[in-house]
Amino acid sequence: MRFVLRRLGFFVLTLWAALTLNFALPRLMPGSPALAIIANHRGALSPSALKVVEAQFGIGHQNIVLQYFSYLGNVARLRFGESLTTQPGVSVGHIVLDAIPWTLGLVGLTTVLAFILGTLIGIVGAWRRGGWLDSIMPPIFVIMTVIPYFWIGLILILVFGVKLHWLPYFFTYDITLTPGFNLAFIGNVLEHAILPAFTLLITTIGTWILTMRNTMITTLAEDYVRMARAKGLPGRRIMLDYAARNAILPNLTGFAMSLGFVVGGAILIELVFNYEGVGWLLLQAVNNDDYPLEQALFLLITAAVLVAILLSDVATAILDPRTRGAR
Amino acid sequence: MATLRAPGGPGGAGESGQVTPVGGPGGGLYLPPPGAGVSGARSVRRMTRAIRSNGKASVGTGMLALFCLVALFPGVIAHDNPSAEIYGRALGPSAQHLLGTTAFGQDIFAQVIYGTRPVLLIALGVGLSATVIAMLIGVAAAYLGGAWDGVLSLITDVLLVIPAFPLLIVIASYLHGASTAVLIAVVTAVSWSYTARQLRAQALSLRNRDFLEAARVRGERSLYIILVEIIPTMTSLLMASFLTNALYAVLFSSGLQFIGLGNPNTVSWGTMLYWAENNEAFQTGQALWIIVPGLCIVALGAAFALLNYAFDEIGNPALRPVKSMRRKRVLPR
Repeated sequence: MRFVLRRLGFFVLTLWAALTLNFALPRLMPGSPALAIIANHRGALSPSALKVVEAQFGIGHQNIVLQYFSYLGNVARLRFGESLTTQPGVSVGHIVLDAIPWTLGLVGLTTVLAFILGTLIGIVGAWRRGGWLDSIMPPIFVIMTVIPYFWIGLILILVFGVKLHWLPYFFTYDITLTPGFNLAFIGNVLEHAILPAFTLLITTIGTWILTMRNTMITTLAEDYVRMARAKGLPGRRIMLDYAARNAILPNLTGFAMSLGFVVGGAILIELVFNYEGVGWLLLQAVNNDDYPLEQALFLLITAAVLVAILLSDVATAILDPRTRGAR
Repeated sequence: MATLRAPGGPGGAGESGQVTPVGGPGGGLYLPPPGAGVSGARSVRRMTRAIRSNGKASVGTGMLALFCLVALFPGVIAHDNPSAEIYGRALGPSAQHLLGTTAFGQDIFAQVIYGTRPVLLIALGVGLSATVIAMLIGVAAAYLGGAWDGVLSLITDVLLVIPAFPLLIVIASYLHGASTAVLIAVVTAVSWSYTARQLRAQALSLRNRDFLEAARVRGERSLYIILVEIIPTMTSLLMASFLTNALYAVLFSSGLQFIGLGNPNTVSWGTMLYWAENNEAFQTGQALWIIVPGLCIVALGAAFALLNYAFDEIGNPALRPVKSMRRKRVLPR
């Protein structure tokens, strides 16, 4: 219980730090670029949104302490103001909510898939140490993890989109279709998700494979594995129940963490494929100098990571009693 | 550390002789027994031998050396001015323009060659500065302890969990066109925390060791103890930190430039990709404009990753590749 409380304390503190960073950044930057742009657009905002934005970026004549507290209060009530340029006058919360499902669907499912596949490949690779899988996989995936995500996406677009015309590579779905729960629309959405999902899969799977393989190799050296061998247990049982079961913990906590990165983890892939999720929206906001939208998205991305870390800490404490006392 | 055995078959891979031994027992990059006083020249010799006997390390070093040469003397390789918009637009590859020209009429080959320097500067700059900051903060936290440790660790941990790339984007969005120097500063600011945490843990594990106690009894100053006694035991961690931070700097800065948050007038691989993407290079048949800068990013990143991987293997023999475990297993012991 004390452990959970301490982690919760850290969670609140970090969230506060992120909020403060959000508040401080526009004020610290040379020439306060945010000020000028917001001042230009203040006429387009509704009075209540104007108040929110004024507190956040320091436009009004309130002193900075008051601004800070009214900013914190606005965030606590989930008031983020209105978009300046991306969708002028629409509330930021609204725009963000529209983008979230796309990102969750694309990045979320791909993350789960990459975790399952990567862990299995890692297990088999470590078990057949020196086999073809073990000798080919690590070098390939070391290379894969250094390739910029967006560039793989670009190359896949070139091959499967521009040259072969097999798959669509722009937008979330065909804009001529009306969204709805019918086969044609769902099929179209899936078709548009294949290339970005595949890009994400091949770039993220390497980490799972390597972590699993390396932990598994250490576990395989343990005496209880040797004991199981001596008992003459079938190989598959030793591999899964003895070695993999004990080696999977780092991968599991890593997985819990990576769920937090679902929201903001594929920004560049969404950009390359014009996939209208959270990351794409963030870059739209950045390009249009839409600071209120940008800040709300950054907070959302940070909060998602924080929640996932909290969950992963708690999960580790439950799964591995040894960690409870440790820092 | 030297007793770590490769798992798998009886006997372990370490003794099999099929793995290239890295300088025999104690000769690799194992941490020397603290306080053993390894002389500088000897450790450099050891390092050289370790690098030469490890395939990944040799390849990584070679690639990195090549990039450094290109970055130092771009004019020797490419004779065109990389920014001059003086050639025909969107030409295909030819003897004059090995990789063709951009949609603005610039020579792509010259851009790739001249683009090496800013990327390498960012990689080395961030690798170095992030490692130094991490070292100062991590070791200070561990050595000073108490409230200092509490505050420094908290700052490190908070920064560690705030997602780095989105934070970079937000910071860069206020800057409107970040130059190479600014990119180094910004990327360093978001990426030192991971190493700081590792180094703090390492320094903590040393805190009560006898050789430090001996130094304290001798009456050495804290600064001397930190610089001469503690930091040399962390060489391999510092090396790993430098390589990892350099790798991430390449990826982060290229990503930022690709979005258009770098200075669009700098010639570098990331900005090349930005202009290529904005001019629909694929659709206009200028695929090389996107493929080649990307390959360069991959190659430079791979050089750092290979070196990092190799140092891991040198330090932890259990991870070294095993040639034919299966045959060994059936041999009677």
